[in-house]
Amino acid sequence: MTTIDPTDSLPAEDRPYHETVEKGHHWRTGDDEFDGGKFGMWLFLATEVLLFAGLFCGYAIMRMKYPEAFANGSHYLDWRWGGLNTLVLLYSSYTIAAAIRHTQLGNKAAARINLIITWFCALAFLVVKLFLEYIPKWGEGKRPGVLFDYAYAQDPMEPMWWSLYYVATGIHASHVIIGMGLIGWLIVRNEMNRYGPKNYLAVENVGLYWHIVDLIWIFLFPLLYLIH
Amino acid sequence: MTTVDTHAGPADHGGGHHGSYLASRGSLWADIRNWATTVDHKKIGVMYLFAVLFMFFLGGVMALALRLELLEPVRTITTPDGGAEVTGQRLGPLFGAEGAPANNIYNRAMTLHGAIMVFMFIVPGIPASMGNFFMPIMIGAKDVAFPRLNLASWYIYVAGSLFALASALVGGVDTGWTFYTPYSTMTDADHWRLVAMILGVFIMGFSSILTGLNFVVTVHKLRAPGMGWFDMPLFVWAIYATAIIQVLATPVIGITTLLLIFERLFNYGLFDPRMGGDPVLFQHFFWFYSHPVVYIMILPAMGVISETITCHARKKIFGYRAVAFSSLGIAAVSFLVWAHHMFTSQGELTAAIFSFLTFLVAVPTAIKVFNWIATLYKGSIVFNTPMLYTMGFLFLFTIGGLTGLPLATLSTDMHLHDSYYVVAHFHYVMFGGTVIVLLAALHHWWPKMFGKMYWEPGAQMGFWLVFLGFNVTFFIQFIMGAHGMPRRYASYPDEYQWMHVISTVGSWMLLAGFLAHLFTLVYSLMAGRPASANPWGGLTLEWHTDSPPDEHNFASEPIVKHGPYDYDSVVPPHTEPDEFPLPDEPYRH
Ligand code: HEM
Ligand SMILES: [Cu+2]
Repeated sequence: MTTIDPTDSLPAEDRPYHETVEKGHHWRTGDDEFDGGKFGMWLFLATEVLLFAGLFCGYAIMRMKYPEAFANGSHYLDWRWGGLNTLVLLYSSYTIAAAIRHTQLGNKAAARINLIITWFCALAFLVVKLFLEYIPKWGEGKRPGVLFDYAYAQDPMEPMWWSLYYVATGIHASHVIIGMGLIGWLIVRNEMNRYGPKNYLAVENVGLYWHIVDLIWIFLFPLLYLIH
Repeated sequence: MTTVDTHAGPADHGGGHHGSYLASRGSLWADIRNWATTVDHKKIGVMYLFAVLFMFFLGGVMALALRLELLEPVRTITTPDGGAEVTGQRLGPLFGAEGAPANNIYNRAMTLHGAIMVFMFIVPGIPASMGNFFMPIMIGAKDVAFPRLNLASWYIYVAGSLFALASALVGGVDTGWTFYTPYSTMTDADHWRLVAMILGVFIMGFSSILTGLNFVVTVHKLRAPGMGWFDMPLFVWAIYATAIIQVLATPVIGITTLLLIFERLFNYGLFDPRMGGDPVLFQHFFWFYSHPVVYIMILPAMGVISETITCHARKKIFGYRAVAFSSLGIAAVSFLVWAHHMFTSQGELTAAIFSFLTFLVAVPTAIKVFNWIATLYKGSIVFNTPMLYTMGFLFLFTIGGLTGLPLATLSTDMHLHDSYYVVAHFHYVMFGGTVIVLLAALHHWWPKMFGKMYWEPGAQMGFWLVFLGFNVTFFIQFIMGAHGMPRRYASYPDEYQWMHVISTVGSWMLLAGFLAHLFTLVYSLMAGRPASANPWGGLTLEWHTDSPPDEHNFASEPIVKHGPYDYDSVVPPHTEPDEFPLPDEPYRH
């Protein structure tokens, strides 16, 4: 069933695609569907927060047990790379918000460019993480748990620090990768005219997801790089 | 309440433009394709029902095998020629692994039984099958909020189950369903079995989160016009509270299982004491999810009981709001009590606090039980199968609940911890809470789901076999446990044997009971009497549509005009349930 906005006088065949999309027939109105979709997304974000909350609990407890190791550990991280990544993610949060706004206003081209910038920011984040942090550190023997092989460790518990570092940033990075997939999907569908002032729920929801990925990094950055 | 759009009476149905949701698409292939890609919550509910019952069957086979092993202890007998012969080791040959030590094999079977029952049967059990089918109908919706997500949840559940079962095929794990570290991270070299099992649990967790999220949004956004929060049937309240727990607790098991998998694969040490990790941390994470899981199982069951008790006693529920809020209350408290599983690994003060919090759960639970009893008072009770199971639930749950008190009390728990007393207690709660209530729900809603009446005498015989068989199997275990028989051992001193024999014979009675039910239900599908729209004279919305329901649930959107339990004002006196006329006059409580 096609839901047609009664206030709109254009016949269905003359409208842009996004105004004639299939609405779930079980929703009473398009507004209900929109609210439901947003509500569902917020609930999902709550589960993401809880997932990371578990990780932060583990961090807090191990930090309490081995403060020395954690202090040493964060000295090995270069705050400049972390800071660069923070900037990249913050900027991408801005661009995806702009993409939402432009979709609402019907500026397809502006939405396109903002989505593409967001995608490349995500890529930049991963490049920094992988090539400037993970690979060199791994090579020096700063590895998690039993793999730890760094000759100049100052505290016997340093492997624990690296374990948490890799697990926390690794799970976060997997979220960045998923986000890239979602943003890529938005880019493709934006080209197919799927979005517009009356149909921007998917853009907004992916935007919310991307903000949470950003937000979690904003917590990880000081916890791992800045606090000694 | 804007438009007035009456639902058609039962007699008007049949000639409508939609067909039953069960209607065939023509060819077998078309039917299969239609079911595999359906987004209809009813079909998905039925698909969950069959998946879950299949898992129950697998878990049940494991249970029977365990009891068979326990029929006699493993004894080493000296043969006349001076050699030694081992008797009583029954599971070894069953798994084709005679060489392996008996207890190891036993514990693998036990883990598989526990993990199947908890993660693949209890958790999705009532919410995903009955909740999917009936919750949207009971609030007058056409479907759940996100139908495609709903179908995806089912596939995710199946995929997760396959992972977990694959682990069993290559030998299984013997950690128990709790996967406690450090044992689970060190136990043997072949870690893929453990990884597969835990990955399965992780994947199923996703399915659970998505179902819960879907249900919360559905209840908030898709209620029919005229249905306020306090016009919702209590089953819907229960499913709603369950969904909240699913959304809030499951992410924690998500991160726990992920961390455990990493620990197993990379030995990174977070839970490994040899490397400075903390195994008790794992226990905290684990129980922060797994205690609420107990309520994921019991809340929907309580919702079912509120439906069956009012419907088959034809009484207005006593204290509607109290019952509704107690569901939310139980959901809230369930998050505060996890550490009572760890009394033996924590300080006294912490233990005392968690002991106190645990007692708190008794308050909302007691509110429910007293309200049900008050509802039964002066009701015109019909003792059909759903009602028998409802009574059975009240009985078993009372025993299960009361025997929990000694476990929630620090001093007595020290003695009973990890004994058969615990095994008896949790079976009374879990079996009494899920299996018994699923059977109540199945018989209560069977006519609606499949349009056929089940065979009452056969089903009642099934009830008595299950009920008695259950008590024979598990009651004696309280005594066994109090005498000191520890859990998770395949062998035991001879003095316990007579009790184990009784318990094992009970498990065969249970088997007979389940077979009786299987028979009557399959028989009803093939040759049952067609069910009318409202065979029990119920007032909730699902009885206001065809049996089986129309593809779109209702011929037109229902407008709620009376409360779900207004039996006193709606039902004409002295009518047979079967000929109960649907009320048409607009009123609400
Ligand atoms: C059909 C009747 C059943 C029988 C005969 C049975 C028997 C057993 C036995 C012998 C054990 C091992 C006890 C031990 O050594 O610690 C066990 C454990 C367990 N059972 Fe059952 N069971 C049955 C049904 C169920 C059901 C319906 C559920 C859940 C709804 C369930 C959940 C569990 C759990 C969670 C464990 C603990 C496993 C572990 O410790 O890892 N059982 N059962
Ligand atoms: Cu508990």
